[in-house]
Amino acid sequence: MSDLTIPPQLTVADLRGDRRRVRKDAGVRYVVLAAATMSIVISVLIIGSLVGEAWTFISQVDPAALWTDGWFPRRGMYDLRTIIVGSLLVTIVAMAVALPVGLGSAVYLAEYAPRRVRKVLKPVLEILAGIPSVVLGVFALRFISPEIVQSIFSDATQFNMLAAGIAVGVLSVPLVASVSEDAMRSVPDSLREASYGMGARKITTVTKVVIPGAVSGLVAAFIIAISRAIGETMVVLIAAGGTGGSLFTLDVTGPGTTMTAAIASQATGTDQVVGEALTFQSLFFVALLLFMITLLLNVVANRFVRRVQERY
Amino acid sequence: MSVMTRPADVGGGAARDAVERRLKGGKRDVAGALFRVVLLAAIALALLFLVVLVYDVVTDGWSVLSTRLGDFLTSNLASQPEEAGIKQALVGTFWIGVFVVVVSFPLGVAAAVYLEEYAEKGRFTNIIDLTIRNLAGVPSVVYGILGLTIFVNALRPLTGPDSGGRSLISAGLTMAILVLPIVIITAAESLRAVPSGLREAGFGVGATRWEVVKGHVIPYAAPGILTGTVLALARALGEAAPLILVGATTGYLTSGDEFFDLSALQERYVAMPTLINDWAGQPGAEWQANTAAAIVVLLVVVLAANAVAILMRNRFESRRM
Repeated sequence: MSDLTIPPQLTVADLRGDRRRVRKDAGVRYVVLAAATMSIVISVLIIGSLVGEAWTFISQVDPAALWTDGWFPRRGMYDLRTIIVGSLLVTIVAMAVALPVGLGSAVYLAEYAPRRVRKVLKPVLEILAGIPSVVLGVFALRFISPEIVQSIFSDATQFNMLAAGIAVGVLSVPLVASVSEDAMRSVPDSLREASYGMGARKITTVTKVVIPGAVSGLVAAFIIAISRAIGETMVVLIAAGGTGGSLFTLDVTGPGTTMTAAIASQATGTDQVVGEALTFQSLFFVALLLFMITLLLNVVANRFVRRVQERY
Repeated sequence: MSVMTRPADVGGGAARDAVERRLKGGKRDVAGALFRVVLLAAIALALLFLVVLVYDVVTDGWSVLSTRLGDFLTSNLASQPEEAGIKQALVGTFWIGVFVVVVSFPLGVAAAVYLEEYAEKGRFTNIIDLTIRNLAGVPSVVYGILGLTIFVNALRPLTGPDSGGRSLISAGLTMAILVLPIVIITAAESLRAVPSGLREAGFGVGATRWEVVKGHVIPYAAPGILTGTVLALARALGEAAPLILVGATTGYLTSGDEFFDLSALQERYVAMPTLINDWAGQPGAEWQANTAAAIVVLLVVVLAANAVAILMRNRFESRRM
C-alpha cells in the first residue's frame, strides 16, 4: 500500500470545511432565494389586486356603456374605444418622433461618432432619459403646445394630444437610441470589414450590412418604446387635457385621454369617488388591460433581444 | 489591457481611410455625406430639446429663484402663490428616497446574488428571470394600483390608520416595489461582469460560496451595483403617477414639514413630482413661475443623482479596460 491512498474514513463531508461555515452558506442561500422569489410574489399581487375589481366591473357594467360617445366614468360612460384609440394616437405621434430621432442617434453613435465624441454624447442622452415625466408634461403644456403645435395648427386647443405625443416621443428617444445602439454594436466587425473589403462605401456598409444584421434588436427597441409610450401617464395627464373624461375623437390637435391618464385622473380622491358606483372598479379594469398589453409587448421584445444575442 | 490589436486599429483608421479614398477613385460620396448630416441632425435635435427644456424652465422660474429661493425651499404649502413653498414636498421626496434605499437596495442585491451566484440553470430560475424582466416593463401607474390595493386599503392599520392609509409609508413602499426590478437587473449585470477567475480562486482555497460572494464578488461589483441603485433612486424621486394613486395630497397640507419626524410617516404627505403636477393645474402667471421653480429644484436633485451615477460608471469602466 502506498502513502497516496486516501484513508477510507475520509468522506466528501470532510473536505467541505467547518460545519458552521457551511451552514451559514446554506442559510444565506435561503435568504437570497426568498429575495428572488419576491419578484413572483409581486407579480401575483399585481394580477391579484387587478383581477378582483376588474371582474366586478365587467360583470356588473351595462355592456352598452362600454360603447358610447366617450369616457366619462363619473357619468357611467365607459367607452373603451375612446381611451384605447387615445393611447394609440399618442403612441403613433410619439413613435413618429422617437423612431427617426432615436435610430438616427443610434446609427451615429454606433457607426460614425469618434470615440471622444461618443464619450460625451452618450451621457448627455442618458441625462435626457433621466428627466422625470412630470417635467416633460409641464414642458409639453407650456412650450410644445403653444410654440410648436399651435403655430403649425392654428385651430389646435391649448390642451392637445399632439403636444403630449411629441413629449412622450422625446421621453422615448434615449430608450430607442440605447437599445438600437447595443444591437448595432453587437454586429461583429468582421461583417463590416468584409463589406469594406468588397469596396463598399460606409453608407452602403451601414444600411446594407449593419442595419440588416441588427434588425432583430432594432425591432426590439421599437417594441419597447411603444410599450413605454403606452404606459406613460404624467405627460398625457398634464398636457392632453382629458382629466374630466373625453369624447371619442381622432383629432390629435384637440384634447383627449389615454388608458393611463384615465386611471390617474379618476384616482384623485379615490376615497370619495362621486357619481357612478363602478367608477372605482373601472380603474382596475383599465389597469388590467394596460398590464396585459404591455406584458405582451415586453414578451415579444424580449424574444427579439434574445435572437440578437443568439445570432452573434 | 487588451493584448490583441486588430489590424484595423493600426494607425487609427488612417489606413482604412486611404484605402477607401483609392477605391472610390476620387469621386465625392454625396449620398454618404448627406446620410451623415441626417444622422447628426437627429442627435442634434435630441440635444436641442434638452437645452430648450432647461432654458425654458429656468427662465420661467427665474422670478421665484432669484427673489425668494430660501423662502421657497423652507416654506410650507399655501393658498397664496407668493407664500407657497416646497418644504413639505422635499420632506416627502426625501422619505421616499429613504424607503427605496432601505427596502429595494438590500432586496434587489440579494435577488441578484441568488440569480447570478446561487441559482442553478433550470425552469424555476427562468421563471424568476422572466418575471423580473416583465415587472421592469409594467407601467408605473399599474404599480400605483398595486400600492392602492395593498398598502392603502389592505394594510391600512399599519400604514396609517388616521390618514386612511394614504401615508408616506404607503408611498415609499410602492416606489420601492416599482424600482426593485431595475435594481435587480443592474446589480445582476454587474455581478455577471465579475471575472470567474476571482470566484474560482476563492473556491480553490476552500471558501464557501457565501464567503466568496461577500469577500470578493460583491466588493468587485460594488461600483456597478451602486450606479444601478442611484439610477433607480433618481427614477423613484421623479415618478409621480403611482403617488397620485396612493393618495398624495393635493392642495393644502398642515403637517409633514419636519425631515426627521418618524411619526409623520403614517400621515398624509406630498412629494416633489405630485406637487409639480398639482401646481401645473393652477391658473395664473405666479403659479406658473412657482411650478417652473419647483421643476428646477427637482431637476437639480434628479439630474445630479444621474450625473453622479453615470460618471461613476464611466470611471470604473475605463479603469477595468
